Formats: sequence, C-alpha cells, structure tokens
Amino acid sequence: MNDAYDSSKELQAQVHAAIHSGEPLQISGGGSKSFYGRATSGTCLAAHSHRGIVSYDACELVLTARAGTPLKQVEAVLAERNQMLAFEPPHLGESATLGGAIATGLSGPRRPYAGAARDFVLGVKLINGHGEILSFGGQVMKNVAGYDVARLMVGALGTLGVLLEISLKVLPRPATELTLVQHRTPDEAIEVMNIWARRSLPLSGCCYDGDRLYVRLCGAGSAVRAAHDKIGGEILANAHEFWQGLREQRHAFFDGSLPLWRVAVPPAQPPLDLSGKWLIDWGGAQRWLKSNADAATIRRAAAECGGHVTLFRGGDRGEEIFHPLAPELFSLHRRIKNAMDPKHIFNPGRMYPNL
Amino acid sequence: MSTPIIDARPHERRELIAVLQRMLPAGALLSEQEDLRPYECDGLSAYRELPMLVALPDTVEQVRAILAACRERGVPVVARGAGTGLSGGALPNPNGLLLSLAKFNRTLQIDENNRTARVQPGVRNLAISQAVAPFGLYYAPDPSSQIACTIGGNVAENAGGIHCLKYGLTVHNIQSLQFLTMDGSLITVGGSALDAPGYDLLAFMTGSEGLLGVVVEITVKLLAHPERAQVVLAAFDDVEKAGNAVAAIIGAGIVPAGLEMMDNLAIRAAEQFVHAGYPVDAAAILLCELDGVNEEVSEQILQVREILKQCGATESHTARDERERTLFWAGRKAAFPAVGRLAPDYYCMDGTIPRKHLAQVLRRIGEMSADAGLAVANVFHAGDGNLHPLILYDASKPGDLGRVEELGARILELCVTVGGTITGEHGVGIEKINQMCVQFPAPALAQLHALKHAFDPDGLLNPGKAVPTLQRCAEYGAMHVHGGSLPFPDLERF
Ligand SMILES: Cc1cc2nc3c(=O)[nH]c(=O)nc-3n(C[C@H](O)[C@H](O)[C@H](O)COP(=O)(O)OP(=O)(O)OC[C@H]3O[C@@H](n4cnc5c(N)ncnc54)[C@H](O)[C@@H]3O)c2cc1C
Ligand SMILES: Cc1cc2nc3c(=O)[nH]c(=O)nc-3n(C[C@H](O)[C@H](O)[C@H](O)COP(=O)(O)OP(=O)(O)OC[C@H]3O[C@@H](n4cnc5c(N)ncnc54)[C@H](O)[C@@H]3O)c2cc1C
Repeated sequence: MNDAYDSSKELQAQVHAAIHSGEPLQISGGGSKSFYGRATSGTCLAAHSHRGIVSYDACELVLTARAGTPLKQVEAVLAERNQMLAFEPPHLGESATLGGAIATGLSGPRRPYAGAARDFVLGVKLINGHGEILSFGGQVMKNVAGYDVARLMVGALGTLGVLLEISLKVLPRPATELTLVQHRTPDEAIEVMNIWARRSLPLSGCCYDGDRLYVRLCGAGSAVRAAHDKIGGEILANAHEFWQGLREQRHAFFDGSLPLWRVAVPPAQPPLDLSGKWLIDWGGAQRWLKSNADAATIRRAAAECGGHVTLFRGGDRGEEIFHPLAPELFSLHRRIKNAMDPKHIFNPGRMYPNL
Repeated sequence: MSTPIIDARPHERRELIAVLQRMLPAGALLSEQEDLRPYECDGLSAYRELPMLVALPDTVEQVRAILAACRERGVPVVARGAGTGLSGGALPNPNGLLLSLAKFNRTLQIDENNRTARVQPGVRNLAISQAVAPFGLYYAPDPSSQIACTIGGNVAENAGGIHCLKYGLTVHNIQSLQFLTMDGSLITVGGSALDAPGYDLLAFMTGSEGLLGVVVEITVKLLAHPERAQVVLAAFDDVEKAGNAVAAIIGAGIVPAGLEMMDNLAIRAAEQFVHAGYPVDAAAILLCELDGVNEEVSEQILQVREILKQCGATESHTARDERERTLFWAGRKAAFPAVGRLAPDYYCMDGTIPRKHLAQVLRRIGEMSADAGLAVANVFHAGDGNLHPLILYDASKPGDLGRVEELGARILELCVTVGGTITGEHGVGIEKINQMCVQFPAPALAQLHALKHAFDPDGLLNPGKAVPTLQRCAEYGAMHVHGGSLPFPDLERF
C-alpha cells in the first residue's frame, strides 16, 4: 500500500516514555468510536499512523494488517478478491481503523450467524505495559500454543496494550444475498426469528423495527430462492443500504438525543417491559433501546432474563457505561490488567473505573 | 516415566487423606496404588506418573473444598476429564492430587428456543449431540475422540474436529463457563446473551489446559442440523496434487464442512481396519464434505468434482447414501487406532501450517522419516492446515522413544519455520513444552506466566504444563546447541 507506514518504534518509544513518567496514554485509532466507552484523559497515542496491509493471501483466507489501517482499505482489498470480514464491523465514522474495530470488539448484523469480531481474530502483535513488542496467536486457522492473548485483546478497549498488527480469518462473499420483509407484531417477530434459526436456513441477518421484520438470506442462488419459498415475504429493493444503515446506526431510529442502550438478551426472550423505542437486531439477541429510563431499571430488566446492557451513546459518560461485573470477576479483571499493564498507562478507566 | 514413589511426603499425604475423607463421600478418594494406576497417563501413554491421590467429587462444593485443602498445603492439582488428551495435559503430578471430573456427567438444561445446552464438564462430547437430537439440534465440534472425550476437556484444549473448518473450534461454540479458581472463587464468564461485558475470558479460558481454573459448568451453543450433508472422496497419485486441490477448493470460494486428507500409509491402515472402500493404491485421498441447504449442496458438489478433476484426481466418488457417507468418515475417524495396529506404538503430532506449504512440508516430513528410519503416516485436517503425522515405533525397543521425540520435535520446528504453530488442537501439555521455547521468545513467555499468576498466584494448577519456565528454555536451547538427539534422556522433566 502506498501510504503504508511502520511506526511501531515511535509508538514503543512513546509507551516507554509513559512508563517512566507515569502519565497515562489514551490510545486512539481513528477517533471514530471516541463516544464509546467511558471518558478518559491522558496523552494521546495516535495508533492510526501505524498502517498498511502486511500480508494477504486469499487462498489461505488470512489477512494481516497494521492496527492503524483504515477499515475501508481492509474491506476494499478483500472485495477485490471477492472476500469479506464476516463479522461486518461497524465503522461509525469515516476514519475507523482496524485496531479500533478489534479493540472495541463490535460486530454487525451478520454476527449471530457468522460469528463476532473475536471469532475471526487469529493472532495479534502488541505493545504491553512493559513496552515490549510481543506476538500471540498466529496466521493459521488453528493454534492452541499458549493462552489466547489475541482474543483477550478483542473488546478490551485498549486497556491491556497497544495493538500493532492483527491477523484475521476472512471469508468468501456469498454468491447471492436477498432480503425479505414481513409485517409482524413484536412477539411474533421474536418468535419467528428464532424458529428460523432452529431450521437449516441460510440466514445472515434478522432485524425488526417494531413493524417490519427484515430477514437476509445468503448463499448459492438456488439455496436463497428455496429459502425464500419456505419463509415468504416481499423482496426489499435497496437491501444493501438497509443493512449498512443498520450497521452504521444511520436509520432514523438512531436520531435524537435520548441515550442509546445496547440490550443483549437471550435471542428468544419476549419483548422486555421497558419504556422507550426499540430496534431489534441479531435475530433477537441484540436490542437497541432509546430511552430515558434510569440505568438501574434497564440493567435490572436485562439481568433478570440473563442479559446485560451497555450505554452505547449519550447519557453520562463519566458513570458506568458497561454492565457492572460481579465482584470476584472484577477483581480478576484487575489482576489481568496488572499482568499486562502493571503501571496502568493504557486507557485507564476507559472500560470500568479502577481498571 | 519411572515409577514414582507415591509417598514421597508420607506425613503430608496422610494428613491430606484424613482431611479429604471427611468432606468427600465414600469411594470418592483413591489412595491405594492399584486404584491410582488407571490415572497414571492420558492418551499420551509414553508419559506416566502415579498421582499422590485421586479425588472424584460430584458437587461444586466438594471441588471447592478439595482446592482449599490443597491450596493450604501447597499441593498441586491436575484436572482430568476422560484422559483422551494427546499431549499429557492430564498427566498426574507425583506430589499432587488428580481431580477427576468424571462424576460431573449431567446435562442440566436444554434451551431449544435459544439453542443452548447447559452441561457439566464430565459430559461426553457426543452425548450432548445425542441429548439435543430430538430438537433437531447438535453441538458442532466433533473431535475424532468424541465418543469418549468430555466437554470439559474440550474446553481446556480448545478441541477441534472434522467439521471445524466451517463451524469453528470449541471457542466458537460455547457461550458461557463457570470455573473455580484455586482460591475457591466461582466465576462465570460469558452468558446466555452474546458478547458479555468485560474482557473475553470465555476465550481466554478456552485452551488454557487446566492451568487457570477448574471448569465446573459449560453452556454450549447448538446448531440446526443441516438439511443435507454429502461427501466426495477423491484419490490422487501424488500428495502434492492433493495439496493443490485443497487450495483450489478454498480459493474457489467454497467453505466445505470438512476437508480431510490421508496419505497412503494411513489409507491402507484405515481400509484394513474399517473397510471404508478407500482406494488402497492412491498416494493420497481427500474427503470433502459439503453441507447446508439441499440446492446449495448440489451446486457445490458439481463445482468441487470439477475442481478435483482439474487438479488431477485419478478418481472421485460422491457417497451414494447416508450409509456410505458414514462409512467414508468412519475410515477417517478411526485413522489413529487403525495406524496404531501397524506398529506396537504410535506418536501423534499436531502442527498447523499455512495451507500453501502443505506439499513442501509433507515432502520434508517424508525425508526426515526416511533419515530417522521411522515410518510416518499422515492424517490431517487439510482444510485448515492442521497436520497429524503419526510416527510408528516400538516403545519396548530401547532408544526408540527418544528417536521418535527427536523426529517429532524436528517436525514441529519445521511447522514453526514455515509460519505455523506447534499445536493446532491437542495442546502443549508436557509433550510440546520444549517446542514452546522455539515458538515464543522469553518476554512473551514471561507475559504468559504473569497472566497465569493473575489466576493462580501459587502456581498450583497443573504446574509444569503448557508454558515452559524461562530456565527450562535456557536448558533446552543449550541442549540444541549440542545438537543431535537429546543428550540427557534422564533429565528432570517435571
Ligand atoms: C489531548 C487529546 C489529544 C487527542 N489527539 C488525537 C489524535 O491525535 N488523533 C486522534 O485520532 N484522536 C485524538 N484524540 C481523540 C481521542 O483519542 C479519542 O476521543 C479517543 O481516545 C479514542 O478514539 P478512538 O480510538 O475511539 O477511535 P477508534 O479508532 O474508534 O478506537 C476505539 C477504541 O479502541 C482503542 N484503540 C484504537 N486503536 C487501538 C490500538 N491500535 N491498540 C489498542 N487500542 C486501540 C481506543 O483506545 C478506543 O478505546 C485526542 C484526544 C485528546 C483528549
Ligand atoms: C483417538 C483420538 C482422537 C482424537 N481426535 C481429536 C480431534 O479430532 N480433535 C481434537 O481436538 N482432539 C482430538 N483428540 C485429543 C483429545 O480427545 C482432546 O484433547 C479432548 O478435548 C480431551 O478431552 P478429555 O476429556 O479426554 O480431557 P483430558 O485428557 O482428561 O484432559 C485434557 C486437559 O484438559 C484439562 N481438563 C480436563 N477437564 C477439565 C476441567 N473440567 N477444567 C479444567 N481443566 C480440565 C486437563 O487438566 C488436561 O490438561 C483425540 C484423542 C484421541 C485419543
């Protein structure tokens, strides 16, 4: 890539300086997801300068890129070979980087059917809290040598180290995609999405907006047609924009200043009794809620059915954003943080206070 | 390997027995030498040790009490599922307690709507799929040992199977774990909802070989049975051509449910053993399974057969019916025991390499096998580049095992050299502990030890396995400099 640049030495030097001064670092990829997570302070460590595709072999289904590589560039390179990131990472902005996508661990509409960001991470190169550059995992599909530090980094929001390089499993794009629309009540929608998931159907997305149920099918043309016959519904014309809009939170649902909550529940859970507007994704497993209800009420409702919530956008970013952890689990998190970043220089407090 | 003296610390041992007997039901504590014998090794039978004691608890409270008693006395604890592991992960510690999870064998809940099952760690892999079959569901990872191995052992090794090319490994197919750390904390990670908050400890625990915690409950993800599954068997007169066919299939944008390869020695062994209908004079065969919606499977079979032809397959058959499909797979699934009949003993390796180096690596293994004068049969998960060279030998011949281990070590180092790894699914255990020094530099090993410390500060869970000490690596490096076969066969190994 023409703008590829290896800034690992500079980043490492900045980490060493932080270790000596004790001044924490705020790791930034493209800054596209700076709304996410808790507000923090510290010196900026701009990982976006460390960019470029390191290797990509379509026949191996493996791509390795530096963390600052724009997500757009990664996707464009894959598209040339008719492949994709099957977890459909949300960009949430023009400047999104691969490192930010992996550090937040967010996944798009295909997630319940194809897997999450962490499912596709094969290996990483990182800078730990001693300022050492280390590699874990690898570039092969199966690797159980050593603990899975690579997946530990996914969703850790940069609190355990600076991601330098990431190796991902990529997949061929499906030959055909087709989106069908049906009118359903909320209870019906949740029920039918889960009935479909228990059958052999080529699903790749299931979303419900309170009136219309959208189901995306993918695979060989014949398979998609056969599935269409089985489940029925109107064909959606601008399907690509629809799913991309959902992934990028561009639908009208996401407008307005009410706090946005991500409510994760077992997929077949009937609608929760919470005030606000709902948008259901992931076949029922991820439900967006725009609501003024207080945090404790929302957390309790989700926890009662085995779920958890995240204050995704808005609200008070100095308070708890992520679902509180059980005390013993939290103290294990602290010990893990200490093992990776003993001086607490990486994004302190970004995920939880005191972490 | 030598017979240990089981009461090296007679006083401590007697005291621990007294304490444990008070809290465990009758028969749940074994301490007589003949009762300990069945636990002396796992599937890697070249390594044997008698544990100090074996406990077979059946409640989480009992496990917690056992851990507390051991922790107080600094006694190491080694968890054990079915003992089918192939890297010595469940090899007892001579001064430690072997914690068998065999009695944790209940399926606690099947949630058909959410497509999950909550099970205890001692439930056998295949038993899960059997229990959920009435709902049209199954648990995807299918190690060849699935009749016997436990889900707890699968989690600890991140086990794979024939179908993990499309459906993923254990880590991709579990949703929640409950485990006890050595200090008795019962920790739940993951949950019935996706993508739990905090660090991904569900992934981190998976494949941790019993070094971080004792898993006491697992929630697995269940899938709908594909409408149709069909397998194509293709023969090649040259291993390299078969390797190229693997790349061509994946390169064409097809993700088979399974894509397996066997070389001539393995083909003949399997054919003799199960009469699967394999062509015994082929240099290699490929088994390519396609599954999913009926129409798609039909389309892909045609595509795959065309690719196989172009890649020079001498013949290819699609299984005529379910019976024949099962038979084709039976040969593959029985490949290890089948090869095992060719010689008194065999040693199974587990490296993974980028697929593009398949042909080259197989050629090198052939040369190394000839140099060492030890026959090697190759059976592997070709689709994901996971090799299982099986080295044939005779353990009763003095020096044979040493030569086998030396050849195995060279094979694994070759895997690392071409950009792969020393273990794809069987784990490091005690077997590949030295090769870890080749794959990881000292600071990375130190980081792994620091993480272990976060879970188990006293280092009492499965000590000496999975991650070598830096000192051990220094010694191994030194041995290597002296070259050739291991110069100190009786060097302290634990
Ligand atoms: C004084 C100051 C200076 C700033 N300077 C800059 C600047 O120069 N450039 C800039 O883009 N923003 C800058 N910001 C914005 C700020 O960094 C963002 O608001 C926020 O820190 C994170 O952006 P982002 O990483 O979320 O973007 P994303 O790329 O979306 O990252 C999302 C999450 O991933 C983490 N992350 C991203 N990349 C990596 C990586 N390689 N390794 C580990 N974790 C990673 C982030 O820490 C964050 O938690 C600055 C902010 C302040 C207060
Ligand atoms: C013929 C044969 C074929 C095989 N084929 C495959 C294959 O296709 N794919 C594959 O991946 N493997 C395969 N294996 C290897 C083996 O079956 C797997 O590694 C399996 O996951 C081990 O399960 P187990 O219950 O026997 O565990 P054990 O051997 O008893 O233990 C394995 C490790 O797990 C730890 N452990 C066990 N239970 C727990 C627990 N509850 N909590 C914490 N730690 C625990 C042990 O301490 C040990 O380190 C095969 C083995 C044989 C003999």
